[in-house]
Amino acid sequence: MSRPELQNPPEIFYNDDEARKYTRNSRIMEIQSELSERALELLALPEDDVPRLLLDIGCGSGLSGETLSESGHQWIGLDISQSMLDVALENEVKGDLLLADMGQGLGLRSGVMDGAISISAVQWLCNADKSSHNPRLRLKAFFGSLYRCLARGAKAAFQMYPENLDQRELIVSSAMRAGFSGGIVVDYPNSSKKRKEYLVLTCGPPSVNTSVPEGKSEDGDSSFDDDSSGDEENQTVSISDRHRPRKKQRITKKGKGRDWILKKKEQMRRKGNVVPPDTKYTARKRKARF
Amino acid sequence: MRLLSHNMLSSNIKGVTNGFPLRIEAEKVVVKQVDLNVRFLKNMFPKIEWKALVEASRTMGYAELPEEVEPSKLDSRDFLQKFHHALLELVLEEGALVCPETGRRFPVSKGIPNMLLHEDEV
Repeated sequence: MSRPELQNPPEIFYNDDEARKYTRNSRIMEIQSELSERALELLALPEDDVPRLLLDIGCGSGLSGETLSESGHQWIGLDISQSMLDVALENEVKGDLLLADMGQGLGLRSGVMDGAISISAVQWLCNADKSSHNPRLRLKAFFGSLYRCLARGAKAAFQMYPENLDQRELIVSSAMRAGFSGGIVVDYPNSSKKRKEYLVLTCGPPSVNTSVPEGKSEDGDSSFDDDSSGDEENQTVSISDRHRPRKKQRITKKGKGRDWILKKKEQMRRKGNVVPPDTKYTARKRKARF
Repeated sequence: MRLLSHNMLSSNIKGVTNGFPLRIEAEKVVVKQVDLNVRFLKNMFPKIEWKALVEASRTMGYAELPEEVEPSKLDSRDFLQKFHHALLELVLEEGALVCPETGRRFPVSKGIPNMLLHEDEV
């Protein structure tokens, strides 16, 4: 299965059929709510039981929003797919929904949001699905407007699937240029399935409180070096490479046939090699008892 | 869309300097019961643009909010109830939001405002 980002623009990929999966497929639902719980944890909101106003970017069918509602927070969700929002309406989510494109910038007032989460959405910004799209400008518009609408010191935790090192670099550098401080948190770095990346950003200049939290790992020990992980990245095969179809094999089940052998022999003769003459025995099938 | 979101939203069209507040054209307004949470209201209060909220709640047919307000009012149960009702219970189901500067209409259907911009507005 190839990446959704490579198939269609998000407003077309997440059609009614795809959106339906987010209400029926319990595995997708479980993963989504796990990711949102972790994102909420990474936001590190103060534990004073005060409900906050959060932003859910790429809220889709509202699975991530439900996690926020369960923790008592109010939220505003935006998504570009009408089908996904229709599913969210069916699910009667508690937050408010907007049909909007994050790459056009968020039309929100300054400093009003207490935090932002996003599950598997930010990598879509790296796509140029229309002629007017420029990933760099879209990332700039997104992170710039996000920085403005977050309160000072508020955090944003984005789970994302960058396709390769370049994409990750592009996303992180756009965020830094907008004024955020923070970085990438990798959970379960050694597992190909469970490995998840979170971009954790803090609004405002770096300070004591803005250190990037550590990722989870299998043995509960979260000490892994950022530098060494960078080297490992380069050695691992990226998923997109693994799924590329193998060079098409020319050999069919029937074998290569007499024509092919005669062609090859002719080629060798032209090169001046010693080649046995073509006879009725050339390329003849052996008997089974041989 | 609740007035909480309306109070946060501003027009995002290129070249618009003051896109707040969006004017509401209400066709259908519904009221959804939500539990009152005093802590949330107190946390939100400083961030709310009061004038915009009063204006918006009037267009939605709720005129109980006082014109002027000061933080000391937050201790009054009566005031909190009104504030809560306007902020979280009034829902704009059908209608439109209009950019105050350009007059561009953002249609609202089934409670979801369509804030997608055209290519020349980005």
